[in-house]
Amino acid sequence: MNPQKNFAPRKDIRVDWQLIADMINPGSRVLDVGCDDGQLLAHLSAAKDVDGRGIELSQQGVNTCVANGLSVVQGNADTDLVYYPENGFDYAILSQTLQATYQPHVVMEQLLRVGRRAIVSFPNFAHWRCRQYLALNGRMPMTSSLDIPWYETPNIHFCTLKDFTALCDEMNVKIEQSVIVSASGKIMTRSHYSAFANFFGANCIFMLSKGSNS
Amino acid sequence: MPLDCGTTISSFNMAYCAYGILNDDKSNAILVCHALTGDQFAASRQPVTGKDGWWEQMIGPGKVLDTDKYFIICTNVLGGCMGTTGPKDINPKTDKPHGLDFPVITIGDMVRAQALLQDYLEIKSWFSVVGGSMGGMQTLQWASAYPERCFTAIPIACAARHSAQNIAFHEVGRQAVMADPNWQGGAYYASDKQPTAGLAVARMAAHVTYLSEAALHRKFGRNLQDRDSLTYGFDADFQVESYLRYQGINFVDRFDANSYLYITRAMDYFDLAQDHGGSLAAAFEGTKTRFCVVSFSSDWLFPTAENREVVHALIAAAANVSFVEVETDKGHDAFLLDTPEMFKTIQGFLQSSAKARELIT
Repeated sequence: MNPQKNFAPRKDIRVDWQLIADMINPGSRVLDVGCDDGQLLAHLSAAKDVDGRGIELSQQGVNTCVANGLSVVQGNADTDLVYYPENGFDYAILSQTLQATYQPHVVMEQLLRVGRRAIVSFPNFAHWRCRQYLALNGRMPMTSSLDIPWYETPNIHFCTLKDFTALCDEMNVKIEQSVIVSASGKIMTRSHYSAFANFFGANCIFMLSKGSNS
Repeated sequence: MPLDCGTTISSFNMAYCAYGILNDDKSNAILVCHALTGDQFAASRQPVTGKDGWWEQMIGPGKVLDTDKYFIICTNVLGGCMGTTGPKDINPKTDKPHGLDFPVITIGDMVRAQALLQDYLEIKSWFSVVGGSMGGMQTLQWASAYPERCFTAIPIACAARHSAQNIAFHEVGRQAVMADPNWQGGAYYASDKQPTAGLAVARMAAHVTYLSEAALHRKFGRNLQDRDSLTYGFDADFQVESYLRYQGINFVDRFDANSYLYITRAMDYFDLAQDHGGSLAAAFEGTKTRFCVVSFSSDWLFPTAENREVVHALIAAAANVSFVEVETDKGHDAFLLDTPEMFKTIQGFLQSSAKARELIT
């Protein structure tokens, strides 16, 4: 009965997507918030047999997803998560989208409401290349992965690894797993935070759950 | 069959067209629901007008509703005038046409009647129920009233309730019909005078709501009809006037004025949330049906916001739902026109659903 069976598992999948897939139990219910053209959802369906749903802002992304047989609705991470029932999903994924939301902390709250667990991945703005770019050029960093100038980028709320773990503390969110990846895609550490990771880590992937007191 | 208005209808005819071949386990049947002034001739020549079916773009070999794969059925709705029992048919009690004696019917009644046909054909569940506008309302009603009998549902350019603005437009249309002296309280069937003027005006007003300002401008602008200058009179100086008059005049040849009253009323009464204690999500609680909702950016009759309400309710009911807003300037009528984005969306949705139902591998 799985509608997304028509996707074959891929070997050439992005490193962070592979790491997200590794965190997910087979056969679970997954919501991908900001699912773009559905590649991660398709991969999860194929590799982990998940019952996947998606939200995507761009019409083109949604149309591609639906035309490919994925269950995706056009919507906005900032405003539309409120319509989803509590704990309706095993995992709510926000992949490389947190920095593009208006209210990242509210979105995180909502992710943890609709999903028993949230998986959030984001680029670390404290990566040494960003620091170097800003220090030497005195201009907003542009790297190969963050290549859009400041006035055009949809990324309006960049954060660092340190910022993110601090927010998790503030929100009393429990960090269940974390993986910090270098610019070359190598896993650097699975500890939540270190100054080293905050300097050399390019991408961060966190699996979160509600803290005990929240 | 019991009706929502409290009475029952004892026997009635239902006219339908079918395309394609029903497979052995009867799992490939798709019910196509027509809109207000549509009929069962979705993909075949309309006998009165001689024109192609209203959804030829969608139905046929290799098309979105692929008759090589699926068995497509389209019924004329209860209260209609193309073969299914409606106000123009003979009331067995009086041996005269029903006229206004015909009970007021609802979208729920239309669907209940279609369910009897599904029973008759011994089809356990439709592979899909699909329709635009009032056809979309029937689709939602189907999914809500008979969830286990619809594997998928594709409501297009519709809403879970008729808005005040839409009721208002319908009332204008009905008043135009009833203000025509030839309407004669609905008992015009034996007379040589028919309420064609009133019905044509109703159609003209309604037709404007199916288009968009941009589409009207693109099609007609302020262009003059067969003349070089204004006539300073009330002839159809402008092309848009001439077009609307043409739409009105042609409509009355194929449609019964009383049917128009009854079917517009059925749409006005439609309010799926109210039938479920005010909660639209409750209308779809526990549903296993897979939904694909489609709206059009320039549709001001059933704007995207109203389609989105349906989507939000389905999400709240934890339903499996896809939703696409198609960018187009063609207005509400886009679902009847060559709209490639809609074709692609529905085709993809049906294909993955067909795999899920093991219709195709």
